[in-house]
Amino acid sequence: MNILEVKGVSKRFGGLQALGDVNLNVQKNTVHAIIGPNGAGKSTLLNCFVGKLIPDSGSVMFDGQSVLGKKPHQINQMGISRVFQTPEIFTDLTVMENMMIPCLAHRDGAFEMNAMVSLAGQKDIQEKAEEALADMGMADKRHMEASAMSRGDKRRLEIAMCLAQEPRLLLLDEPTAGMARADTNNTIDLLKQIKETHDITIAIIEHDMHVVFSLSERITVLAQGTPLVEDTPDNIKGHPKVREAYLGEAQV
Amino acid sequence: MLGLDKKNSALLLIVIALTVFAPFLMNPFPQSSGLAQFNAGYPDLMQRFVIFGIFAIGFNILFGLTGYLSFGHAAFLGVGSYAAVWMFKLLSMNIVPAIVLSVIVAGLFSLLIGFISLRRSGIYFSILTLAFAQMSFALAYSVLTPLTNGETGLQVYNDDPQILLGNGPTVTHLFGFEMNSTSTLALGDWAFQFNMGYYVSAVMMVLAFYLSMRIFNSPFGLMLRAIKTNQTRLNYTGVSTRPYTLAAFVISGMYAGLAGGLMASMDPLAGAERMQWTASGEVVLMVILGGAGTLIGPILGAGFIKYFENIFSKINENVLHGWFAALPDGLENAIVWVLHFFVGKGWHLTLGLLFMLIVIFLPGGLVEGGQRIGRLFKRKKSGDDASNTKPAE
Repeated sequence: MNILEVKGVSKRFGGLQALGDVNLNVQKNTVHAIIGPNGAGKSTLLNCFVGKLIPDSGSVMFDGQSVLGKKPHQINQMGISRVFQTPEIFTDLTVMENMMIPCLAHRDGAFEMNAMVSLAGQKDIQEKAEEALADMGMADKRHMEASAMSRGDKRRLEIAMCLAQEPRLLLLDEPTAGMARADTNNTIDLLKQIKETHDITIAIIEHDMHVVFSLSERITVLAQGTPLVEDTPDNIKGHPKVREAYLGEAQV
Repeated sequence: MLGLDKKNSALLLIVIALTVFAPFLMNPFPQSSGLAQFNAGYPDLMQRFVIFGIFAIGFNILFGLTGYLSFGHAAFLGVGSYAAVWMFKLLSMNIVPAIVLSVIVAGLFSLLIGFISLRRSGIYFSILTLAFAQMSFALAYSVLTPLTNGETGLQVYNDDPQILLGNGPTVTHLFGFEMNSTSTLALGDWAFQFNMGYYVSAVMMVLAFYLSMRIFNSPFGLMLRAIKTNQTRLNYTGVSTRPYTLAAFVISGMYAGLAGGLMASMDPLAGAERMQWTASGEVVLMVILGGAGTLIGPILGAGFIKYFENIFSKINENVLHGWFAALPDGLENAIVWVLHFFVGKGWHLTLGLLFMLIVIFLPGGLVEGGQRIGRLFKRKKSGDDASNTKPAE
């Protein structure tokens, strides 16, 4: 069963055809990677999923519902969470406060006028946030200001924040970009663990082939705004078209 | 206590104590001493401290928490004042309907302006609010003269309807307690003044402060702080930021309306100049000076600026000559010549310099200054403890 169905999506920026007739299906409870050389349209495609961009034509269906024309927060409330290339967290707040925000958004929805309620009195939110931090091994950092954390920890926190909303689809935009090898491996392990312990579909955009081949079950190769091929990792590795468009370039 | 944690309860008690004992605290110098002119314990000024305190507390809910810098909040204060004076003209001099209406009218007005201005953020938001406030000022000053009495200002006349007045007092009052009634306690060389208007305003400020504490410590307050830090993340976390910023804008607008209503209750007239952009700028200065985003900062900032405005502006060249009379004539004239730029009409210069110093060296405002001093003492204390642990001979 497909959780995300993309049909005939095109997007043009002035004279540049960023996406041309993209068709893509992401199966439920799989890890699906979207790879491609720079400028292939990977991020543009992802931005069409989350409401940042509206495609010129085509449709994007999430679990049978169209996401087109919806605002980012509405799409998130439908069950799609997004991790950014550079970790987007609330740097001025503490780690615990960071964790409580997605818990509140999950419980209360897009807006709740609870100005006369004590935050410390929200036991369910406090417990859930603490549990989520403990799962990530960050319980001791709960009073730390988020800006003081290492890049790897910021990434872990961001992923934990997304998971706290219990999304059905987690989108990751180059989650290991600019990371040291050790951090990259930690992130791979973390994502593998998430895959095993959660009822979740993961779609990942990635440059790092090591990450792609150790995580994904399906791979779509994008080149110049159109999908070249979609297959299993083993078949993608030896595919001549892919070598030409992407891996060949990487071997230079 | 009252849904607050220990630390905040203590802070609330401190604020209550400061407002209750303000007539003593603001009047430390004996009347016959030369320092008596630095006393601020007279009703008019103390009322202004707490009323502008309310204005700044409200502004801080918007600016301190969400980071949206409004340059038009004086418009809400002005609207509140006009609404209050109309209540005096139409009903009676009781301040309750006046204050209720001023809060409601300011809330509706800020809903309208906030709804439009919050379509943009950053500098564009600031400019939009500034434009709206200047438009309001222009309207009040000329176009809407039948409502605002133009440049004369709106005031209560004998032939006003005042349908509920009857035999009631003809000065503003709270169920018979007149706002301008002051009792004086003479103690030796001191004269402490207790004014009804001040205490009514002070109670309102303590309530306003308590509400702002509750907002700061609520999930709603956390969302507002999240908006200041990272709106992108918040949007992609399923939170709609517009209703949150609009709610914060309207709440702070209602605080401004309350301040405006109280101002008119202390002195029942309202002029367009209350809406001018300089008045909007003043509350920005108050909040930044005291410490934006802190609880007590806005009150400190408001007190600081109002003190300077009223005390430093009273010092003129004659006073300066009096201070330096002991010096040789030439030197005395030179010093007075330099200093007279900074006092009297030049008090803005002193305030400007202080503002620069605080923003450069204490970006967190007076509250950060207090915290630094606090830490200094703590370190000293722990240093003493460390020296005490040395083995005795």
